[in-house]
Amino acid sequence: MIISSMAKNGAILTAFALATTGLVASINALTADKIAEQEQLQLTAQLQEVLDPKSYDNQLSQDCVIITDEKLGPHANQVIYRARKNNKPVAVVIRHVTPNGYSGDINLLTAVLSDGTIAGVRTTKHEETPGLGDKVEVKKSLWITTFKSLTVEGEDDARWAVKKDGGQFDQFTGATITPRAVVGSVKNAVLFAQTNFDDIFAAPNAECLEVTK
Amino acid sequence: MSELKTLYKEGVWVNNPALVQLLGLCPLLAVTSTVTNALGLGLATLLVLIGSNVTVSIVRNWVPKDIRIPVFVMIIAGFVTIVQLLMNAYTFGLYQSLGIFIPLIVTNCAIIGRAEAYASKNPVHLSAFDGLMMGLGFMIVLVVLGAMRELIGQGTLFDGADLLLGPWAQSLRIEVFNFDNQFLLAILPPGAFLGLGLLIAAKNVIDAQIKSKQIAPPEAEKGPRARVTSLT
Repeated sequence: MIISSMAKNGAILTAFALATTGLVASINALTADKIAEQEQLQLTAQLQEVLDPKSYDNQLSQDCVIITDEKLGPHANQVIYRARKNNKPVAVVIRHVTPNGYSGDINLLTAVLSDGTIAGVRTTKHEETPGLGDKVEVKKSLWITTFKSLTVEGEDDARWAVKKDGGQFDQFTGATITPRAVVGSVKNAVLFAQTNFDDIFAAPNAECLEVTK
Repeated sequence: MSELKTLYKEGVWVNNPALVQLLGLCPLLAVTSTVTNALGLGLATLLVLIGSNVTVSIVRNWVPKDIRIPVFVMIIAGFVTIVQLLMNAYTFGLYQSLGIFIPLIVTNCAIIGRAEAYASKNPVHLSAFDGLMMGLGFMIVLVVLGAMRELIGQGTLFDGADLLLGPWAQSLRIEVFNFDNQFLLAILPPGAFLGLGLLIAAKNVIDAQIKSKQIAPPEAEKGPRARVTSLT
C-alpha cells in the first residue's frame, strides 16, 4: 500500500520536475542569443568609454589575451584586449582587480596607449559605501577621469598616490581607502602594460567572451 | 464580483504582504534604495506570483496533499528562473543592479504562502487575480519605500529609470534637491527598516481612524441579536 503511494507520488514529482525543467530549458534556449548580445553590447560600451573607437580598426572585444599576474590583482585569468590600427599595436585595455577597497573587490578597466600613457580608466564593479567610496563610479563623480593622459614613471613614482600620502590624486571626504586602492591598482596595471606591451601583442588570440563575466 | 473586491482589498490593504504579513522582507529591505530598483523587483515578484498562482491552481486537483509543497516550490523556482532569464535578456542594466535578489524571489514566503493558502483551493481566474493583487500590494510598498529612501538619501526620484524602461525614461529622472553629501542613513539598510516601520505605523493609524469612525453605529444595531454564527 505504502509502496504504491510512494510510486505514485514519485511519478508525479518526476513529471513536474521534467515539465518545469523543460520549460526553463526552452526559455533559456530562446533568450541565450539575446543575453549574449546584451553582454557584448555592454562590453563594447565599456571599451568605448576608456578608448576612443576611432583610434583602432580591429574588433577590440574579440582580440584578447588572458593573463594571470599579481600586478593585475589576486585572481587568475584577467582579460587584456588589444587595439590595433592597420595591424599595428595601438593600445591595450586591461581588466584588473584590487582587493584593497573598503568592502570587496573593485573591478577596473584601464586602457594604456603604446607610449605608456593612460587613455582612460573606469570602474566596472564595486561594493564601496554609497555616498562615500562610490565616487570611483563615473556616474557619481568625474574623479576617475583624472587618470586620462597620465603616465607612470617606474615602480617608485611618488606622484602615484593620493594627496594624503604625498601624491597627485584627490582622496574623497571620508573615504581614503577606496581611491588609494584604485590608484595603486591602476599604477600596477600601467606598469604591467609598459613592460609587457610587445609580449601582449605577440601572444595568440584567446577566447574572450567566456571569461568576461 | 464581490470575491474580486475582497481579493483586491486583502492584497492591497487589509492583508498586504509587506505591511501586514511582513513577508519577503529580505528583498524588500535590500533593493528599495531607489524607485527604479523597487519597481523592477516589484514587477518581477508580481509576474512570479501570477504565474505560480495560476499554475498551482491549474494543477491543484492532480497534486496529492503529501507532495504539494515540493511541487509548489518547483513551480515557483521555475517561474523565478524564467523571469530572471527574461530580465537578463531584456533589461540587462536592471538585472545587474538587482543582482542576487532576483533568484532570491524563490525564498519570498509571500509567494508560497499564496500558493498554499489561496491558489491550491480556488479556481484559476480567482487565483490569477489574487496573485495580481498580492503582487500589486507588495509592489506598491516597495515603490513607496524606494521613493522615500531615494528622495531622502540622494534627493532624486526615478534615478536610473532607463535601466528598466529603456533610454526614453532618462527624462523621468527628477532632481528634487541637491546635496553635497548623500544622506547615508536612508540609503543603507537601517534606512529601510526605519522607513518600513514608519509605513506600518502610518497604516495602523489610518486603520484605527477608519475603525473609530465606523464602529459606533453598528454596535447599537447589533444589540438585539441573540446569536452570531462565525462569519468565515
